[in-house]
Amino acid sequence: MVGIFFGIVLVKSEAVSWYRIYEMFKFQSFHMYGIIGTAVITGIILLKLSEKRRIKTTEGTSLRVPLKDRGFTRYIIGGSIFGLGWALCGACPGPMYILIGTGVWSILIVIAAALLGTYVYGLLKDKLPH
Amino acid sequence: MEYILQPWPWYISGPCIAIVMFLLLYFGRTFGMSSNLRTMCAMGGAGKRVAFFNYDWKSHKWNLIVVLGAIVGGFIAHFLLSNPIDIALSDATVTDLKALGFTDAGQHLLPPELFSWDAVFSFKGLVILISGGFLVGFGTRYAGGCTSGHAITGLSSLQLPSLIAVVGFFLGGLIMIHLIFPILF
Repeated sequence: MVGIFFGIVLVKSEAVSWYRIYEMFKFQSFHMYGIIGTAVITGIILLKLSEKRRIKTTEGTSLRVPLKDRGFTRYIIGGSIFGLGWALCGACPGPMYILIGTGVWSILIVIAAALLGTYVYGLLKDKLPH
Repeated sequence: MEYILQPWPWYISGPCIAIVMFLLLYFGRTFGMSSNLRTMCAMGGAGKRVAFFNYDWKSHKWNLIVVLGAIVGGFIAHFLLSNPIDIALSDATVTDLKALGFTDAGQHLLPPELFSWDAVFSFKGLVILISGGFLVGFGTRYAGGCTSGHAITGLSSLQLPSLIAVVGFFLGGLIMIHLIFPILF
């Protein structure tokens, strides 16, 4: 159900559109910045509130966000590589799946290539600086 | 109903995405779309050859259900909840894209210059889609997350690594659009 909602939101917000991503990287519209900005602000508020109210998950554990490992190299290099691909095909992993639903079959090629990219990362992981 | 059929403004969409993240955390899960790529590699048997994929991927099956939902959501939003109208891109964007050879910007969800079958079966088009996908798949695992894991979840929980990753996302994106696009198109 959450997935369905996610898919609907990203299509209705046009965040799945290649054009919107291009526009964002050209700084020609506030649209995408508005989406990401309000998402992060709402996210911060929701997480702070749940911390204060000690909200528990449905599984009974305390609600926690998994912490990312410390580091710099992997985030800046990996992030930049991701950014190159994101701008080129206009889709990050979420929208890739969602676009299947909108009937864009050619996105399957992008997904297959992303799977290959992930696999190659797995192959090279120990040789890369992290 | 009329409001639902129109494109949603950013101040509605953004908070909705945060709610998606929060709901997944509330159900004891996490909001991370690119992890599914690793799960699918593991499912396909990559764990036998590469240690990185040798983990308990079955415990991540719930996330594939989220993906399935997202596909269904994409279908519902696109075919049932949308009036066919153009994307309200800025005029500057439309002009710039025209200069690059992208006509009718915003009249489709995606540019037919890249995603139509004609484009896909041209050598250049195929190379673009494959390299774009490859860079996303490789980069996201290297960085340990994508837009959902770093930009939304990571920034919402005020984590420095995620901020660095998001700076990286933009670095890469800006290089692609401003330096590589003029060469490509």
